[in-house]
Parts: sequence; C-alpha cells; structure tokens
Amino acid sequence: MSTLAHIFEAEGLATVALGSIKSQIETTAPPRGLWCDFPLGRPLGVPSDQEFQHRVLGAALALLESPEPIFAEYDVSIVDDGTEVMACPMPPRHDPGLHPAVDEANGLRPAYERAISEYGNRVGAGRAVQADDIASAIEAFIRVADGTPWKEAGVPGIPARVSQDIRGYYETAALALSDHAPPAWAGTRWFLDRTEAGKVVMAARQAMADAGEMQPIWFYMAPGDR
Amino acid sequence: MADSDVKAMTANIDSVEFEETAFTIPVPLSEAKVAIVTSASLHHPEDEDFSPMDTGYRVLRSQPRDYVMGHWSPNFDATGFALDINTVFPIDRLDELVAEGTIGSVADEHLAYAGNQFDLSAIRMDSGPAGAKFLKEQDVDIVLLTPV
Repeated sequence: MSTLAHIFEAEGLATVALGSIKSQIETTAPPRGLWCDFPLGRPLGVPSDQEFQHRVLGAALALLESPEPIFAEYDVSIVDDGTEVMACPMPPRHDPGLHPAVDEANGLRPAYERAISEYGNRVGAGRAVQADDIASAIEAFIRVADGTPWKEAGVPGIPARVSQDIRGYYETAALALSDHAPPAWAGTRWFLDRTEAGKVVMAARQAMADAGEMQPIWFYMAPGDR
Repeated sequence: MADSDVKAMTANIDSVEFEETAFTIPVPLSEAKVAIVTSASLHHPEDEDFSPMDTGYRVLRSQPRDYVMGHWSPNFDATGFALDINTVFPIDRLDELVAEGTIGSVADEHLAYAGNQFDLSAIRMDSGPAGAKFLKEQDVDIVLLTPV
C-alpha cells in the first residue's frame, strides 16, 4: 500500500494510506499514513458498524490538512487475544458411510447457501473449487493426509487455493449459523480447530511437509503461525 | 493463533524505502473526487482472478458492488469482508460523505492490487504508474489506500 502511495503522489494524486502493521507503515513511510491497530483483514475496524467506520475515515481524511508528510496512530485499538472461537451448531452425522469431514461439508451446504443469499459470495468457494466440489476436494486432502503424494491425490488445484476455498466455504456457512458478527479470526479458529475439514487440511499440510514437498506448496494452506 | 502472531511474522519482511517522499497538496476535500485503491485483490466475479504473484490491477466499478476477495494469503481474517464490504472497501461510507458534503464526489472506478508481493519492482515501474494514470484520467484528486 505504501509503495503505491509514493508512486501516486509522485504522479500528482494526494493519498491517505491505512496500515494495520505498525512497523511496516513506519518503515515504508507513506506521505500520509494512519496506523490502525486492528486485526489483519479489517482495516476499517468493525464490520457493519457505520459509525465506527466513519470515525476511522474521518481520522484518515483529516491527515489531508497537513502541509507536509504525516504519520498518525488511530486512538482506538481492537486486539485479538487468540481465544475467541465462533460458536456454531454443527450438522448431525447424516451418512456414516462417508468420512466425517465429507459428511460435515455436505451437511453445511444449506447454511452456506443461506449465507450466500444474504451476503453474496465474497470469500466462499469458487476460486479453485466450486461449492459442488468442496466434498471431493476434502476427499483429495484425506488421501494426502493418508500418504498419497498430493499430485496423485486428485487435489483440484494449487493446494493453498483449494484450502482457501474450503476455509471460505466453512467460514461463509458459519455466518448463517451464528447469531452475531464474529470477531476477527474467530471463524478461522473455528474452522481449523473445531471442524473435521479443518483437521483434514492441517493433516494434509503436515503430511506434505513431512514428505519433503517444497515449503510454499504446503505452507500457505493455513495461516503461517500454524 | 492470535492476530499479533501473524503480524509478527510479516513485520520484518523487507520493504521498500523511498529516499524522498513525494507530496501532493490536494484540492479542498469538499471539492475532491475520491477513489479507493486496495491491496486486497478484490475483483468483480466475471473478471480475471489474481494469480499468486500478480503485479497487475483490477478495476472495481462502483456498481455492482459484487466484489470477490481474490487474495492468496491465508494470513488475514476474511469474515469481516464477507459480512460487510466496507470493512475493507468503504465505498458506502464514501457515498455518505458525499451526501453530507464532506467530500466532493466518489470515482466511478477504483483499483485493486494484490498485496502479497515480495518483489515490488513491477509495481514500481509498471502497474503503479499505470494505475495512477488511470485514476488521473478520471480526474481523481484523492486516493484512500486500504490493505487487508
């Protein structure tokens, strides 16, 4: 972001850059930078909170009054302490003949469709895997976790993108199963730690690492601190 | 897993430092045309998805607001954007600022880049200046830059 700010200013555009990582926005020093101590992925702070978002925008636009480059810190922090997890009722086991993760994904489909109807498909399936094929993508990762090399397991795309679609499918479905807007990362923790599909993705990732696959192939299947 | 852990991983990535800071004095905000440029890899559903090291940009029209998250990084929360596009791309908020007279107008077209870049040379030399030219041709005065 800050690189673009420098380029745009040189071309005659005035800019204001929001930043979520203090050291980055300090180092890259955009002409006008506002560090907001908000979770990654939420630069305006709070979804569906018009007033909060306007306060952030007001602070950003106020920097345009400065006659020289300026860096400021927004005076409200939103801190994720790593503990909040979405509370979602999970579908009951339907077909005991299926792997639990596949049965689970199938059971979440109605919730996924309700969320898509309400919000649109903004982060759900569709980049590498369509919603209809999420179950088969999970089956491919089950084979990887069981020792099949990923290139022979039928993974329908680059593993990181396939994982992203599975996570997106689950996090989108969770929006329809929860009665409140989730705090940042609560949906990701729910997917990785509480769902059968999340366990499969992490097991496949570990199997690929153990098999000596190139690190970029498996590393980006989950947040990097995992 | 906490947000601070993920930030700590990315905090020390080498970043570009500019010897000089270009600085443009804007027109008064109440007369300014404002555009959003985001590094969230957003695009319209029918537009080309971002590739892993995509240094180009996509044009985001003000309507329809059917933006899709095309970012490759797993290192951010996506549910905020799933619930409300304004969490990342505050286009509705800008419309409200126009209605109350705080800003002059909102551009009809905005830009999205992919923020997960390690080599910024192509953006510095090519797509960055091209994006600026695109915005200038729309008579944009002020750019709000948002990350994820």
